[in-house]
Amino acid sequence: MIEFSIADMLRGLILAGRWTLALSAIAFVCGGLVALLLLVIRVGRVQWAARAVALYIEVFQGTPLLMQLFLVFFGLPLLGLEVSPWVAAAVCLTLYTSAYLTEIWRGCVDAIPHGQWEASSSLAMRYGEQLRHVILPQALRIAIAPTVGFSVQVVKSTALASIIGFNELTKTGTMLTNATFQPFTVYGLVALLYFAACYPLSLWARHLERKLHAAN
Amino acid sequence: MHYVLDFADLRQYFALFVRGAALTIALTAVSTVIGVAIGALCAAAREEGSNALRFFAGLYVELFRNTPFIVQLFFIFFGLPSVGVHIDETSAAIIAMSLNLGAYATEIIRAGMRAVPRGLSEAGLSLAMTRGQILRHVILPQAFAKVFPALASQIVIVMLGSAVVSQISVPDLSYAANFVQSRTFRAFESYLIVTALYLVLAIALRRVLMRAARRLFRGMVKGGAR
Repeated sequence: MIEFSIADMLRGLILAGRWTLALSAIAFVCGGLVALLLLVIRVGRVQWAARAVALYIEVFQGTPLLMQLFLVFFGLPLLGLEVSPWVAAAVCLTLYTSAYLTEIWRGCVDAIPHGQWEASSSLAMRYGEQLRHVILPQALRIAIAPTVGFSVQVVKSTALASIIGFNELTKTGTMLTNATFQPFTVYGLVALLYFAACYPLSLWARHLERKLHAAN
Repeated sequence: MHYVLDFADLRQYFALFVRGAALTIALTAVSTVIGVAIGALCAAAREEGSNALRFFAGLYVELFRNTPFIVQLFFIFFGLPSVGVHIDETSAAIIAMSLNLGAYATEIIRAGMRAVPRGLSEAGLSLAMTRGQILRHVILPQAFAKVFPALASQIVIVMLGSAVVSQISVPDLSYAANFVQSRTFRAFESYLIVTALYLVLAIALRRVLMRAARRLFRGMVKGGAR
């Protein structure tokens, strides 16, 4: 058994927490880019493609993230790609995040009055132009608050990457527990660190939501 | 490299998958009842309670909504015994799932309570009902009827999130996947089957909840609960 003071534990956990934040950032940014692409298809006029995206969302929202992680972790090697837990986690969380963000943003696009589409099409705008100049700028304003709210979900989801062996905050907590036999303190600290990362985002999302309601 | 999916070896584990799914359903059912009860109590505490009650209910909600479920589970299962509270793994799973759902349910139900018109509680007062009676007979049922779809989504999320309870050796559906893949070395196939089973469970659970809602809240809101 190794002696660790609470300060030692906290230092180790904070160092590991950087990986949690890095994974969250990658999942959020890459997931957001994929979601933007999927959104254009989802609200588009090509029916079968829109339905395929709807199915993609249904599958990712209707299955546990843990199973998705295992499928990616064991599935990519079957395609001949040897992947580290780090890559598997990043790929999986990107897909997972993109499914949720597409659905959230679709709700925001749906909230734009139909007349906006009709007006812009009467100005002879093509689909891409309608989205870029008329619909998305308006939807963006509505989308900010729920998107920030969802980022909390992304940070929390990265905890599952510990199970496929990615050494982030939760995994480090487990290793520290094994070394110190002090699970109460260690997991308490782990929870507090997640809270420290997530609570400001929650508050920010709530603030944005209130501001948006006041503006309307 | 070419890989051929082969499910033949998995057939003998059919019973194991079914047992795992049954436990996942049972855990979800128990946690739903406890979690929604916690949610209703905390929502009432946050809206109508004393300052101390409001504070503690708020603290609970924020703590559970801003930490990962798996950390909550580990804290309860591994952490609590070291301060003298011993819990078996199934109880730990139920406690973690109930508390997690309870925190989200609190906010959902609270949003419903706020959407109930003030006139209804004033009508209750004019009938000489106490505040507790108004809450129980007038406000909460209306609030539930309004937010049921959101509550149903949250219950499905908790069911899917429960997959991690296999990490503390609860023999649920995801545990069956781990067990079967370690026996057959067919990891991708076992996870594929179990993922599909979860998808079926999620769709079925949503249907059952919405049907139950239509019965429970018949005629409660204009247009009925969807």
